[in-house]
Amino acid sequence: MNKSMTRSMVLAINLLVFSAYVNAAPSGETIARQGNGKGAVACISCHGDKGQGNEAAGYPYLAGQPLAYLVKQLHDFANKRRPNPIMQPFASALSEDEIKAVASYYAQLPLPKITSAKKSPSQTTTGEFLAKEGKWSVGMPACFQCHGDQGRGIAPNFPAISGQPASYIKKQLEHWRKGERTNDPIGLMQAVVADLDESEITAVADYLSEQSPTTYK
Amino acid sequence: MMNSKQLLLGLSMIALSQAVMADSTQRAHAVTEPIVTKPYLPPPKDTMPKGEFGDMVRLGKQVFTETGKYAPKYVGNKLNCVNCHLDAGRLANSAPLWAAWGKYPAYRGKNKMVNTMEERIQGCFTYSMNGSAPPADSQELKALMSYAYWLAEGAPTGVDLPGRGYPKLDEPENKPDYQRGEQVFVNNCALCHGDKGEGRKQNGKVVFPSLWGDDSFNWGAGMHRVNTAAAFIHANMPLGKGGSLTEQQAWDVAYYVNSHERPQDPRFKENVKTTKEAYHQHQCNYGEKIGKSVLGKR
Repeated sequence: MNKSMTRSMVLAINLLVFSAYVNAAPSGETIARQGNGKGAVACISCHGDKGQGNEAAGYPYLAGQPLAYLVKQLHDFANKRRPNPIMQPFASALSEDEIKAVASYYAQLPLPKITSAKKSPSQTTTGEFLAKEGKWSVGMPACFQCHGDQGRGIAPNFPAISGQPASYIKKQLEHWRKGERTNDPIGLMQAVVADLDESEITAVADYLSEQSPTTYK
Repeated sequence: MMNSKQLLLGLSMIALSQAVMADSTQRAHAVTEPIVTKPYLPPPKDTMPKGEFGDMVRLGKQVFTETGKYAPKYVGNKLNCVNCHLDAGRLANSAPLWAAWGKYPAYRGKNKMVNTMEERIQGCFTYSMNGSAPPADSQELKALMSYAYWLAEGAPTGVDLPGRGYPKLDEPENKPDYQRGEQVFVNNCALCHGDKGEGRKQNGKVVFPSLWGDDSFNWGAGMHRVNTAAAFIHANMPLGKGGSLTEQQAWDVAYYVNSHERPQDPRFKENVKTTKEAYHQHQCNYGEKIGKSVLGKR
């Protein structure tokens, strides 16, 4: 076999491998924008064009969240460890490769800028106090102790929480408190919210929703 | 100090005697309701004094919670005081400052002399922070002293307050074990502290502390003792779920964490063997052969 033949064979094989790869799984961005054509609809229709979420509807942002966290949530939606009638069929329709692809796509996007972010009032509110100091009289650490400075998230396991829609945060905290959501690693969130009352949950959800995860103080 | 079991027994007896005196419906109530003792409570966080003294108290809290940032000259690792004294040194059973304040000066077997509170805190910097002792007249130590004094406002002097130190555990049923400890670590600790105990940082700021290695406490720190670490872990870890591990699990994982290399004991002299003989006659793995190498050789 001469050199040019070897080269063209290598090229042909490369092309074959490449096209097989492309056929096997659409890219993460394609899934996000168009769905996978097998039951998973486009993520952007609820989670926003840039993965920034939808505050009015209470859909969370996905952009900039840790990869492992996103993969785990999709797995948990699919196997109902995180019960959610909207997400369950979509997550179930994704193959393992598609889950990794779409999670990788969102993980590499920048955290969204929260345009409705407010400056903290001069007086520390209940919500701010819970987020920064916790409520140790009942053994509750501060939100930012695990979710990082300003609630920007700590890869791989702790998602960003600042700037998520207030209704989304509130719903998650309530679900953990009632035992309706139980997919938190080693039950940390269930333990943390166990001793929070309704008004504290509202206060901390409101405070977090008004913080932008991209800005530092 | 009473250990937790003795305390529980004492409380149960009080509950029982009250229950016996009460009528039957109240008795059921007394037995099922947990008994809450009222420990000393430090002043609320938002009541720090105004003026120059208040400024020093505020600086003390900053040194305490972000030690590497506010006392960089004296810190040799990536830890902050608050990593072992939770809730900014306020939390009962997590070696709170308010309980230590009234117990110094005191004789300490560790350095065989009477230590003032300043000297006790200097010890933390030498060992737990793997750094050097801030002088007594340094801004950093004055600030920490002011913060501790403020936290202990109204607390009695010379009294062992409930919640002081870490609640001592009974000796474990089974000898602490590396393999079992590793399992406990993987299942409960690695989530935050990382698979290799390296901790996690964000923009250079520690979020979860390193448990061993160069960024952690050295072989002279109290936390390298398996019994001390077990007591801390059992009362306080995983964060937000204190008391959820069994005592055996706490012993095992404390043994596992303290079976890894960490910075040398600053009192090191000649070799590991002589250093061990001089300073490590307690429950620890310094100078022990674990796996292929002897710990403390680095």
